[in-house]
Amino acid sequence: MSADPLKGGVRTRQVCTFWVNGFLFGIPATLVQEVIRFQPLTPVPLAPATVSGLINLRGQIVTTLNLRRMLDFTDGPQDAQPMNVVVRVRDSAVSLQVDEVGDVLDVDEGNFEAPPQTLLGRARTLLRGVYKLEGKLILMIDPDMVTRAELLNVDPPSQNLWKPAARRVEHAQ
Amino acid sequence: MANAMEDEAVREFILESHENLDKLDREFVEMEKGPLAQERIAGIFRTIHTIKGTAGFLGYTRLESMAHAGESLLAKIRDGELQLTGPMVSELLVLVDRIRAVLKQIEESGQEGVESFDGLRARLLALAAGDNGAAPVPTSRASPAPPAPVPVGEPQFEELPGDSGSAQAVADTSVRVDVALLDKLMNLVGELVLARNQILQFGASLQEPALVGSMQRLNLVTTELQEGVMKTRMQPISVLCNKLPRVVRDVAVACGKQVRVEMFGKETELDRTILEAIRDPLTHVVRNAIDHGIEAPEVRAARKKPKTGTLTLKAFHEGGQVNIEISDDGGGIDPAHIRQKAIQKGLLSAEQAARMSERDLLQLIFVPGFSTAERVSNISGRGVGMDVVKTNIEQIGGTVDIQSHVGQGTTLRLKIPLTLAIIPALMVATRGQRFAIPQVSLLELVRLEGESRKNIEHVHDAQVYRLRGKLLPLLPLGDVLGINDRAEASDDAPAYIVVVQADSRQFGIVVDEVRDTEEIVVKPLGTELKGISAFAGATILGDGGVALILDVSGIAQMTGVVSASRERSVAAKTEVPEAMEQVSKDRQTLLLFRVGDDGRLAVPLSRVSRLEEFAPEAIERAGGRMVVQYRGQILPLIELGQALGQATAVPRSAASPVSVIVYAQDGRNVGLLVDEVLDIVDDNVLLTRNALRPGTLGAAVIQGRVTELLDAPSLIRTQVPNWVQEVEMHA
Repeated sequence: MSADPLKGGVRTRQVCTFWVNGFLFGIPATLVQEVIRFQPLTPVPLAPATVSGLINLRGQIVTTLNLRRMLDFTDGPQDAQPMNVVVRVRDSAVSLQVDEVGDVLDVDEGNFEAPPQTLLGRARTLLRGVYKLEGKLILMIDPDMVTRAELLNVDPPSQNLWKPAARRVEHAQ
Repeated sequence: MANAMEDEAVREFILESHENLDKLDREFVEMEKGPLAQERIAGIFRTIHTIKGTAGFLGYTRLESMAHAGESLLAKIRDGELQLTGPMVSELLVLVDRIRAVLKQIEESGQEGVESFDGLRARLLALAAGDNGAAPVPTSRASPAPPAPVPVGEPQFEELPGDSGSAQAVADTSVRVDVALLDKLMNLVGELVLARNQILQFGASLQEPALVGSMQRLNLVTTELQEGVMKTRMQPISVLCNKLPRVVRDVAVACGKQVRVEMFGKETELDRTILEAIRDPLTHVVRNAIDHGIEAPEVRAARKKPKTGTLTLKAFHEGGQVNIEISDDGGGIDPAHIRQKAIQKGLLSAEQAARMSERDLLQLIFVPGFSTAERVSNISGRGVGMDVVKTNIEQIGGTVDIQSHVGQGTTLRLKIPLTLAIIPALMVATRGQRFAIPQVSLLELVRLEGESRKNIEHVHDAQVYRLRGKLLPLLPLGDVLGINDRAEASDDAPAYIVVVQADSRQFGIVVDEVRDTEEIVVKPLGTELKGISAFAGATILGDGGVALILDVSGIAQMTGVVSASRERSVAAKTEVPEAMEQVSKDRQTLLLFRVGDDGRLAVPLSRVSRLEEFAPEAIERAGGRMVVQYRGQILPLIELGQALGQATAVPRSAASPVSVIVYAQDGRNVGLLVDEVLDIVDDNVLLTRNALRPGTLGAAVIQGRVTELLDAPSLIRTQVPNWVQEVEMHA
């Protein structure tokens, strides 16, 4: 077994797929610990905007990341109840919020291609490549990249050092 | 694949050898007590033999030959050809230390190093050849050892009867388990307890007899399981104590004293993380007791005490804490002596000193830089130590207390919590979110309701509260954390001030609700959240929800409470703080760094938020200035060499990462680019006011070298003018 599940000699590979903003994404099934329905979240103040919060996964505290924000999509509807795909990253786990979970598909290694040159921005870093299936593409997320700081900080700095609230402005004027 | 297997073998070898060497330390010291069982020597021989064999197998030839020399000597002793003497024990202990050093090197670099240890090998072989002590012996006793197994004047050691001997059997029945697995089991059991609680609540409403029966069983089993799993993380304190006889021996020999160790309660159990944390303080206290406490044999004889001093270690559980008492029957600490020293050092005026009670005077030994020792030895007496012991113990939520009677001895009592994984915490809520504040940093609670809410006053834009006549800075938690207020809290709603202490500075955290104190299990946050200094971790609450644990000192640093130059307001528990303040004014913790070839500079550590390394390609240019993206912000960088007008700018290699000191000013950060971060020193700094060049405050001699103190504030003002203006706009 190679350390890189996307390369190596195996011809077919299992991919866990899910939908975000109408696109079909995938992640190697071997890295997916489990898929769970919407969980109540504990928000983390001062965290990057892509961090939705923390969930309790049988006693383990797991950070949940908002894939829509990481991929520069608009936020889903207010009452949306995204699913959680829990992925093992290095020694810990993170949960990716997705709109809907798809099937686990067997894909042919030969159908893998690098992302197109025209793909820019954060998505370029986050996507490792694409599997061409009949009538659809699976956008493969690079599991090593999901917790990279540069991908987490999407919005204008949300982790400000403390600025005393409104009162300070009043005085200035 | 083969490589991985070999790595595994090396790891196993190191782990096992360390364990065995620890056992050896104790056994060697036992050996000195006199004729000893043949089997014990045989055991020691086997350990060294195993190390030799494995080292040879793994290709560590130097380690192998060194162990071989020791083995030759041991073989002769085992076979009765040689009598064990003091010099032999000393050399064998040196051997153990060398083996340890080599193991450490292997662990770090995978190589055994180039040192050949020829001297040690030669000495061991000479001893083995019956050349009793004629070879140069590099210990304090250079004279040839007398033939008797225990030389006269040799420190004597004695453990409590029954403590030794049975250790072997325990090892046979135990299994080595990965700590990560234990932690996982703890997690699962925690969840099981939550599920049990929910089922019990639910089941109680159903009133189904069969269900009630199985619920009770579930309840019992879960409770027992929880206790059992908690126990797996515990280790007896003997893990630490067994190393002490060796320490005592070495120190006693070096000081020319005779010391006997008595230990009680070695089976007292503690969480292994705590054991790790008290290792150094405990060793220090023991060294101190021998060096300062116990008198030299002649003095003891003159005072009609037995020549051999006694050091007693007692460990026991009390009120959910572990107490460790270290007492000696030495000279005790003379309050008059402390008083005199304190006046002499300018810590107290003669008047103040006269007013202080003996008990308070004793507390002075915890003040940094205070030492009553007449002379400085390489063991203690340099005035660093007891303050470090106190800080270390307090860091894990423990306390240190001292009692002393002149002529009778000194007792130091450490009280430490059982575990760090479970801590008592106060649950609070603000703007609908729950947080846990560790009890360790908690001082008191103030409730403000109705009219009394108006007691929150403002100094410009900072909120303060008069707590017993002193101004307490307030931090509204919701604002600090930037939690958006959904419903603007009405001014009548009660508010709570949680008075906390961080780095001996008090401040108040204002929250909407105070709930309960709970024992919480501390769990780490994922790496993606490690950068947020406001949180120490997270915990799972009784309802299965997650709450963040506040890091009080992190919040203090973030908001500038700690670095603010307000007068220290240390809790007025004793009269000591005044003295402490005095000392700390002169003493400063400084970060030393190098710029260019020769420029040694320093900045106060209190202003340094972090030390970072950036890849050269991470450094960008914006507006003619170097910047780097740092934790979601743009961090302006100042190339110090250039800013200070250093003539010879050393070209940076494009490949190696760049060291940056993240310096906090006016609540914001600036990155100072330096060539190398050298050290952190805690020293009395005598600053000459003549700055050698602009951008510095002056120079001082630190670690025997001229070091300039950086005038960072003015440097930042000139280098990044816009940035400062921006800050001022806020003000």
